[in-house]
Amino acid sequence: MIDTLRLTAEQALGMLERREVSSAELHRAYLEAAAARDGEIHAYLRLVEDGEDGEGGGVPIALKDVISTKGVETTAGSRILAGYVPVFDATVAARCRAAGMPVIGKTNTDEFAMGSSTENSAYGPSHNPWDPARVPGGSGGGTAAAVSAGLAPWGLGSDTGGSIKQPSALCGNVGLRPTYGTVSRFGIVAFASSLDQIGPVAKTVRDVALLYSIIAGRDANDSTTVQLPEPVRLPEDERLDGLRIGIPKQVWELAGIEHGVRASFEAAVDLARGLGAEVGECDLPLSFAYGMACYYLIAPAEASSNLARYDGVRYGPRVEAATYREMVERTRDEGFGDEPKRRIMLGTYALSAGYYDAFYGQAQKVRTLLIREHRDALERFHVLATPTSPTVAFPLGDKASDPLAMYACDLLTIPSCLAGLPGLNVPSGLSQGLPVGLQLIGRQFGENTLFRTGHALERALGFDTVPARLRT
Amino acid sequence: MAIDRDTVLRVARLARLELRDDEADRLTGELGAILDAVSKVAELDLAGVPPTSHPLDVVNVWADDEPHAPLPLDEAFANAPSREGDLFRVPPTAGPEVSA
Repeated sequence: MIDTLRLTAEQALGMLERREVSSAELHRAYLEAAAARDGEIHAYLRLVEDGEDGEGGGVPIALKDVISTKGVETTAGSRILAGYVPVFDATVAARCRAAGMPVIGKTNTDEFAMGSSTENSAYGPSHNPWDPARVPGGSGGGTAAAVSAGLAPWGLGSDTGGSIKQPSALCGNVGLRPTYGTVSRFGIVAFASSLDQIGPVAKTVRDVALLYSIIAGRDANDSTTVQLPEPVRLPEDERLDGLRIGIPKQVWELAGIEHGVRASFEAAVDLARGLGAEVGECDLPLSFAYGMACYYLIAPAEASSNLARYDGVRYGPRVEAATYREMVERTRDEGFGDEPKRRIMLGTYALSAGYYDAFYGQAQKVRTLLIREHRDALERFHVLATPTSPTVAFPLGDKASDPLAMYACDLLTIPSCLAGLPGLNVPSGLSQGLPVGLQLIGRQFGENTLFRTGHALERALGFDTVPARLRT
Repeated sequence: MAIDRDTVLRVARLARLELRDDEADRLTGELGAILDAVSKVAELDLAGVPPTSHPLDVVNVWADDEPHAPLPLDEAFANAPSREGDLFRVPPTAGPEVSA
């Protein structure tokens, strides 16, 4: 009997190497777990039952539905891609397959990865395994919920402004947003090209590091990728001697951070001190004051351009009309949900004549200052730390009718995304019985330092990643 | 920041979205609130600050000019809603019945 709730990917790999289990048996175990529990969670949009993939010899994986998979429908959570079956694999999917990893299924996502709760999926929301009346976060709520509920040992998400880190925080997982450019975006459904990154979600920091080592590195199909300057090191050290951690002083001044989140963060910082880290204060005034505004101009502007390709001509459903223009307009009106429409409209407005300089151009300059601010802070510190999300998982429907309240969920994750920096979520404890996440931000290509820090803290914190209600 | 319904409809036309009446009304309010929040970037004096379009300091990547096999036509058309021979079939793009 395979305990999918507790099994880590590293343990599964050990079982495979010792021939205690086959890859196909692992695949079957996760499909059975999904059959038993996914009715309540809705982590998956579709499962891949195909046995052919199950014989590759690796640990099975869940892939967010923005990652193209040859022969398996990929919709990005949108009606406008219903029935779309890619004829090729995204590079990350191909690398997982080359490592023998069977795909368990495609996980639910906010439409085009736009959202912080996975309520914007055209195929219905996902639910948080810790409390199904609450959201799993977004946009990668499906992947995070699958890992948390034992429906996958690990998975891949995509992160534009926090869509790996925030759902990982709300579901009690470890999640990495890698340095921009380290993981190929070839074959990914694009949202905002200067921000999108693919990254791993798992139960432990070592699992995340292992999966990162499989997917990262230069790809001839994506000219924005770079070669990693050093190989990925699986963390072993349980001390943090010599490590300098910076806390942006704005964290203490932010309104909206729940008491329990703050208390968990303070306890984690104390623990880091106890492990030998030096903790100091840094200053990111513009990042916290203008990061959100900057992001909600740049990301929609890029989205309005990327989503222009959905015109009913080459793929996706089409609404027939007498003229080409009507056909395109009606196809897009019926195909896109409310959030993509809001962002397309916002982006088109920000890029239109008369507003470009005041909005998009200005936001690009603010981004320059944010990058400088982070660079200065990270010259003094190896790692910056903040809570990942200001709140624990909130009830479904709580913010659905207020776009600005939803956007505020990513307040703490957005600035480092704009700066292109890597970020790791590590569960730091519970508040109201729900997981709280600690965000560690690294230097460019500083993933190994994040892994070392996260691993030591994870060991010391001893967080149980299995949702309390699912423990037996 | 005020944005009126006519502007919303103009932007929708630029974005190739045919909005229903209720959508246009709702978006007028929502976009106004969002633009209010994001327009704070205009408060800053950023004269002399260069814009960032890409977060990495990367230089252009040159690829060898070598031919590769293209996607086979049947695969390229595999997801097309309408195909005619080796072309994507679409409604008329020009003619007396097509609005400007």
